[in-house]
Amino acid sequence: MILLLLRRLGSLVVTLLLASLAIFLVLEVLPGDPAAIMLGTEAREDTLAALRQQMGLERPPHERYFDWLTGLLSGNFGLSMTYRVPVSELVVERLAVTLPLAILAILISTLLAIPLGVIAAANHEGLADRGVMLFSQVGVAVPNFWIGLLLILFFSSYLGWFSAGGFPGWAAGVTTALKALLLPAVALALPQAAILARVTRSSVLEILGEDFVRTARAKGLTRRVTLRRHVLRNALIPVVTVMGMQFSFLVAGAILVENVFTLPGLGRLLFQAMSQRDLIVIKDVVLFFAALVILVNFLVDLTYAWLDPRLRQSR
Amino acid sequence: MSALTRYATLFVGGAITFTLLAMALLSRVWTPAPPTQIRISQRLAPPLEAGLLGADHFGRDIASMLMVGAWNSLSIAFVAVLLGMAAGVLLGTLAAAWRGWAEEVVMRLADVTFAFPAVLSAIMIAALIGPGVTTAVIAIGVFNIPVFARIARGAALQVWKRDYILAARSAGKGALLITLHHVLPNIAGLLVVQATIQLALAVLTEAGLSFLGVGVPPPNPSWGRMLSDSQTYLSQAPHLAILPGLAIALAVLGLNMLGDGLRDVMDPKLRRKR
Repeated sequence: MILLLLRRLGSLVVTLLLASLAIFLVLEVLPGDPAAIMLGTEAREDTLAALRQQMGLERPPHERYFDWLTGLLSGNFGLSMTYRVPVSELVVERLAVTLPLAILAILISTLLAIPLGVIAAANHEGLADRGVMLFSQVGVAVPNFWIGLLLILFFSSYLGWFSAGGFPGWAAGVTTALKALLLPAVALALPQAAILARVTRSSVLEILGEDFVRTARAKGLTRRVTLRRHVLRNALIPVVTVMGMQFSFLVAGAILVENVFTLPGLGRLLFQAMSQRDLIVIKDVVLFFAALVILVNFLVDLTYAWLDPRLRQSR
Repeated sequence: MSALTRYATLFVGGAITFTLLAMALLSRVWTPAPPTQIRISQRLAPPLEAGLLGADHFGRDIASMLMVGAWNSLSIAFVAVLLGMAAGVLLGTLAAAWRGWAEEVVMRLADVTFAFPAVLSAIMIAALIGPGVTTAVIAIGVFNIPVFARIARGAALQVWKRDYILAARSAGKGALLITLHHVLPNIAGLLVVQATIQLALAVLTEAGLSFLGVGVPPPNPSWGRMLSDSQTYLSQAPHLAILPGLAIALAVLGLNMLGDGLRDVMDPKLRRKR
């Protein structure tokens, strides 16, 4: 187990390094002169020179890459060109919106999908099953930013229960802040739930066909107890994997949904940085998102090995 | 699952996809009105009052815009998936043929690319070269490379275990020829099915990119930007927000069903017992 953990850790570090190298190559080496891109063609020569100086562009790329990495490790993410504040401050500030949003979305999609999947499997080929399959088929096809628009249309324009967007900040009180995050989280969660429900359903169906389920039923356990005690635990392994794989879609979705609801999160920060060509912010935030995806998949891999002891040796 | 429901998925998915494709192709030669023509008198007109589906905030005909949007969306998705598939299948089959360090490198690169959802890479590329069709195609295409590399490698490894490969090897065929003559034909069906599903995902992603403004540039209509424009007029003209979303959802649903149906029909072993 320890050997496996070390090997996975090693490959995690390599993957993270490669991701950072890819971002650095695309944003700092490919364009030739990043300062010219950031300031546009009409920039004055002295402003250009000042930015080049700030970014250390006169030094060779490998030195800059190394500096960037050591800076990241010591919490120094560089200075945003447009906001004139350290990027680390921006990230922490915006994370206070994006992180709760993501957690809320995962919570909603799990709480919705797992019961739906189990109900569908327990009523295999019945009415509930068909309903869940229909929900799943339609749910994966619907873009989350469109769900966001429809939610605004119905709950805010028509019913007036929620504001159409914006975020009052956590200082306005937890309930007020959570209320502002609820519709965006639902928009993010529904397509995720559609996929998870389908995976849960087929996974439960598979386990229901196993011998130990027949044994449990034969020794007199009710359907309900068998489902809860024996089936669900085993069926959740593939569900956890898919949740991990879906995480990158959650990140992409957050960028879109934050823009629909004008939430001042990391996704919107990245979007605004793109419009302003603030490559310094883009570099750091893209790496942050990519690293998050890599890290979550690493954790899922470990959970997987922990949930299914057979996998500890075989890989 | 009965034979009837199995073919139903294929049939419904195929019908939706075919209709959409027909609309997209038709838009190249005919639309009810010129999709970029501004008619202020028709501004925000609801469906049936101006054209079949109404008009947007510039009085442009929505039905025509949706048709051209279908062309833009499908062509970008198609080119991006095709490029991603070509590169991914090449890498995946070579990894399976050569094994060893080449396989390790390919799979590690696939892991890394997987960490960059298309929206993320599109934002990076758009910051450098600006928004546009190229940006969308590269971003979606790149994300498809690891998807196809993984699937092609997995399927190719299965083929390499077969007896006829052993026969081909003992007859002196090299890894490249075996890949070309035996591996690729055997995994082609699987790849086509996956390509259909990736196409659905690509349509969804393209919509997201043009919603953010990094896809097709205006005034060329795109479903995503129609949705993004609709936000300002949400309570005045809800049809602006509903119709393009329906088009996206229908396109993705159709392609997904077509992919599922194809898989069920082509490979009985993969058939969903569910």
